[in-house]
Amino acid sequence: MTREIERVAQIPVAQIATIVPIMLTVGANRIVPGVAIPHPVGNPEAGPEEDKKTRRKLVLRALKALQADISEQTIFES
Amino acid sequence: MSYRVVCYINQFYGGKGGEEVADFKPELVEGPVGPGLELQKLFGDEARVIGTIICGDGYYAEHIEKARAECLKIVEDLKPDLFVAGPAFNAGRYGVACGDICAAITQSLDIPSLTGMFPENPGVELYRAQTFIVKTEGSARGMKQALTSMARLGLKLIKGELLGPAYEEGYIHRGIRKNFFKDKRGSLRAIDILLQKIAGQEFRTEYEMPTFKKIPPAPPIKDIKHATIALVTSGGIVPRGNPDRLRVSSAESYAKYDISGLDDLTPDEFESIHGGYDRMWANLDPDVVVPLDVMRELEREGVFGKLHPYLYTTTGTGTSVANAERFGQEIGRELKEAGVDGVILTST
Amino acid sequence: MQLKLHKVKVRDVRWGDVTKVQEGVLYVDKASALEAVKDDAFAKVDLELARPGESIRIIPVKDCIQPRVKLSGGKEYFPGFCAPLQRAGDGATLVLDGAAVVTCGSIVAFQEGFIDMSGQGARYTPFSETNNVVLVVEPTDGLDKHKYEAALRIAGLKLATYLAKACMDTKADEVATFEKGSIAEESAKFPGLPKILYVCMSIAQGLLHDTYVYGTDVKMSFPFLLHPNEVLDGAVVSGNCVSACDKNTTYHHVNNPVVRDLYERHGKDLNFLGVVISPESTVLAGKERNARMSAAIGADLGANGAVITEEGYGNPDTDLCLTAKYFEEAGIRTVVISDEAAGTDGKSQSLADATPEMNAFVSTGNVNEMIVVPPMQKVIGDPKAIALLSGGSAESLWEDGSMYVELQSVIGSTVEIGYSQVGCEWV
Repeated sequence: MTREIERVAQIPVAQIATIVPIMLTVGANRIVPGVAIPHPVGNPEAGPEEDKKTRRKLVLRALKALQADISEQTIFES
Repeated sequence: MSYRVVCYINQFYGGKGGEEVADFKPELVEGPVGPGLELQKLFGDEARVIGTIICGDGYYAEHIEKARAECLKIVEDLKPDLFVAGPAFNAGRYGVACGDICAAITQSLDIPSLTGMFPENPGVELYRAQTFIVKTEGSARGMKQALTSMARLGLKLIKGELLGPAYEEGYIHRGIRKNFFKDKRGSLRAIDILLQKIAGQEFRTEYEMPTFKKIPPAPPIKDIKHATIALVTSGGIVPRGNPDRLRVSSAESYAKYDISGLDDLTPDEFESIHGGYDRMWANLDPDVVVPLDVMRELEREGVFGKLHPYLYTTTGTGTSVANAERFGQEIGRELKEAGVDGVILTST
Repeated sequence: MQLKLHKVKVRDVRWGDVTKVQEGVLYVDKASALEAVKDDAFAKVDLELARPGESIRIIPVKDCIQPRVKLSGGKEYFPGFCAPLQRAGDGATLVLDGAAVVTCGSIVAFQEGFIDMSGQGARYTPFSETNNVVLVVEPTDGLDKHKYEAALRIAGLKLATYLAKACMDTKADEVATFEKGSIAEESAKFPGLPKILYVCMSIAQGLLHDTYVYGTDVKMSFPFLLHPNEVLDGAVVSGNCVSACDKNTTYHHVNNPVVRDLYERHGKDLNFLGVVISPESTVLAGKERNARMSAAIGADLGANGAVITEEGYGNPDTDLCLTAKYFEEAGIRTVVISDEAAGTDGKSQSLADATPEMNAFVSTGNVNEMIVVPPMQKVIGDPKAIALLSGGSAESLWEDGSMYVELQSVIGSTVEIGYSQVGCEWV
């Protein structure tokens, strides 16, 4: 889905998910590793504050990824 | 009564000559010609080659629409039970012609067809999904073996017998995975393979590792302060009650929901219906899958321009690649038309 | 370690005044069986019987358990649950061979599956061939799902133990012996044979997707080594509500065909080292760690080869790839057993992940392939659940009661420990 949105719309797509190897195989170009499969953009087990902090950090990272000039599949770890 | 078979061969195997007569137009000859004679022997009394179309490789390649129509007309009049082209071995133009005419006959006339090619023949990739292509050697040295496989498969196709796996039937597979009941259970097959592998013997894997499609990255967003960002998810977040009845797994559709008036995805209004993960956390707060609360905050703070008013959502568990690609294409087109500059896609 | 399985053959199941096996018939005293499973968590508990060939559908099924009890070398069964913590795998165990307890009750609804006792669907599940005592429960109002799962899981184990215990005096029709010394002893006995390790990857992904070993949820565990006898004698219990087609039920664990087949060939053409249980984590770091640690155990034991089996599909494909990769990198040859999600037309990518090291692959079938199953005269459980099955949809259920569903809705249809003969090939 990620790859085809990017190909058809010619706009960058940042994918946030937990299992990086799968994002690599499905052809995502801007990859942001998520927290866990049931909560990719949150850390609810650590309480509401930490949860939101984590989410904000990941979304900011995804926005950064959308602005990054890349030539191949890239994992944004920070 | 025996079954009726029509064959297709090129000018060379039809005895008309070599490259100098490659523009030879399709011509019907009664009975078997060239490789068809051997094929007839292999069929025995079960099937009869009633006619053979001879066509130049150059003619078919240069006038593909016309050549196809002419051959189709001949075959339609003869109403055979089976159509056999080639074998073309590793001859490129001949392979394409054999594949094309077989595909057309099966598709338009609903008559089973088969041909034979070397796996590297360009006709294989083009037509393997639309006809049966028996695996042959690279040259006519493999004629006898090719015709033996073709005759055996041909009779099965005529009779509508259930076919076994492609490697057992001797054809190049059509890209379809199918379930069979095997002779041995999986654990025994695995141990056999492992011991063969350790001993350095040949073994047959039941699934070769695929290669995956990649695309060059789209250009980055230059002006994030004025950019419109859309949220897309395969995490199965939908309004409570799943109004569009998205499937919990093996999704065949996606849905879009207006989130323009919302600052947060609350469990009162949204839920996860995804069938592939423990939904406890997502149902306590759907924002852990679709980060709407934080996106709104960042929008207000001016970190980026605007959040696209629609959330696109589906379930990504057991969903076929073909469907996932189609969702991506359709969503991509809509986002492009809506002037969206970038996407954040979350997956579980 | 020596384990003797005293198998009492069960060819039929009927209600009776006393629970016993007589001439191949398992008689069940319903009242005392119900007494054995009572729990405050249940508003209603009932038992039903389902025999091979009958026109019966059981839905939604959670777990299947083979009735067993220790005769010697321990007490009761399922240490950590229904038995005190004792090491499984030693002494003698009574097995009601041909019988199964089936637990039935809706917990997560859509990812649970069904069993048909006859018709096309019966071909795909081993539990159409067992004489089933079906435990049907309704939870009390507002009971937390995870508590409900635990209560139903334990009730199933208790019922299985109860049935076997009531038949403890029955003479076995057959005694199967599983005996193997320490790794050092066996390696000294069979110096020329390739040393094979079995890695049983197990879903450990949250409260409703879990595996228990000696009563402990393995979610937070590292990969660890078990003697094959422990696996064959009730150390491993399924707490998995999801993935009907390819979860290892508790019945599958004690009858694990990879363990049995490796045992069968132990000392003949291979040296069976043991079983590593490797949890399938929800986070990539967990997948990495468990794959590397499994391979490290293999390397330390001097393994020459490993059979690696998956549980579930989708994200566990990554666990499978990583595990195969790290074993191969350690010089240990691998074969993997997995099912495929190739789409209803069989044309999709079968796996979510791939790696070149995974070049020996045994397929247990395409979970998405469509099958039609005929209507059944009787439905045990909740017939409404049919429309909600994973692999089904609102349109799956036809007016006459037939269903057009994906294979994945049938319990045990593509189990990746290679229990059945179903497998995928290219056509």
